[in-house]
Amino acid sequence: MKKILFIEDESALQKTFSEVLTQEGYQMLSALDGEEGLRTAKSAKPDLILLDLILPKLHGFEVLKALKEDPATKDIPIIVLTNLESTSDVEKALELGATTYLVKASYDLEDVVKKVKDALNE
Amino acid sequence: MPFQEIIDQLNFPAQCKKYGLPLRNCPQFLFLIMGGAIGVTALVTYNLGTRYFVDPNTVALIVMFLTVLLFTISFSIIRSLERIAEANRMKSEFISIVSHQLRSPLSNLKWSTELLSSGRLGEIPRKQGEYLQIIEENIIRMGELVSDLLMVSRIEQGKLPLEKTTFSLVDVAEQIINKIKPFAQASNVEIIFEAQPNLKPVFADLSQTKSAIENLLDNAVRYTKARGQVKIKIEQRRGGLLFMIKDSGVGIPTNDQKHIFQKFFRSANVLKHQTQGSGLGLYIVKSIIEKSGGRIWFNSREGEGTTFWFTLPAEKGEANGRK
Repeated sequence: MKKILFIEDESALQKTFSEVLTQEGYQMLSALDGEEGLRTAKSAKPDLILLDLILPKLHGFEVLKALKEDPATKDIPIIVLTNLESTSDVEKALELGATTYLVKASYDLEDVVKKVKDALNE
Repeated sequence: MPFQEIIDQLNFPAQCKKYGLPLRNCPQFLFLIMGGAIGVTALVTYNLGTRYFVDPNTVALIVMFLTVLLFTISFSIIRSLERIAEANRMKSEFISIVSHQLRSPLSNLKWSTELLSSGRLGEIPRKQGEYLQIIEENIIRMGELVSDLLMVSRIEQGKLPLEKTTFSLVDVAEQIINKIKPFAQASNVEIIFEAQPNLKPVFADLSQTKSAIENLLDNAVRYTKARGQVKIKIEQRRGGLLFMIKDSGVGIPTNDQKHIFQKFFRSANVLKHQTQGSGLGLYIVKSIIEKSGGRIWFNSREGEGTTFWFTLPAEKGEANGRK
């Protein structure tokens, strides 16, 4: 069973995605801030990370950078899921190594599920 | 530190940028100009006074008194201008913060409702499904409103992103027409599209241009009565392309015509026909077209219909394309 780590401080979103992605057959791990996200990524080695950008304790960009710098986590695909939508944010995330950048307001739940499957090559 | 404050006040470019105003409308800059003008006037008055009055002391006293008075008056005028500019800046910032903050709960609402109505948590009885759909539709409406507000705050802060590329305006128009067709058919409105052959591509921001055309077409269909017609025509103009969209709709009353590009403005007869809408659409469309180096204008008669025209510069480097 593939593991997905969702780093997001909104517990309502954690709950919704956990429900949907568990139904799709994934094991869900959650982290409510940047530091916790980084720790969990290193210890649990998920197959995919869903990452919000505006996070307590450590900004999403910092998390992304740290994950991509660590040889142990650098190959994990990362989907950025945020409401920041300026071109510079998108560019920065992709430059830092994010696989996909999704603006929350523009995606339906099923679209996100599809992107998750794509990122896991399923 | 009062000294640092004075230095900051004298940094005109920074002050103007803070208020998002051009130099000529900047309170600090205006104060400097006024001060200069008052100084020159005082000198001229003194010279004239000593020539025609005998006692230079009296003249000096009068001139000094007048100068101080004028300085005080202009200082308080500029001060209130500055307060207005500051209030305006805070309003833009307020819109920006509020709309950003509204987005997170909206995403939560949207996805939770989608999860509920997807049936993943169990079958939804028909009646409940209907109400779920109402909730979903209104979440979408609210999302659009928040996006419009964000767009306005970006325009006002001069942060409207424009990534110019070369693309075919005809392709974009066709895409949008296809997208809106079901809505037009539902409203019994026919859309006719005509494009001059071999049109040059335009040089503008693709996604902004899309939203401008979508806005105009949506308005045209929305305010056209059943069995009406919306006609779109694209043709070549010197330096760019001309886009025309003509509807046989309710039209804009003459008194309202000068206000339609203002934000939050909604025409009285539109309010009669449709209650939805934020009054931000045309303001956004105008900003997009003008920022892209084009122009937008319209012609309308109440009860007969409205025609909008806009231009967009052709490929990079063309006469009209610089901005």
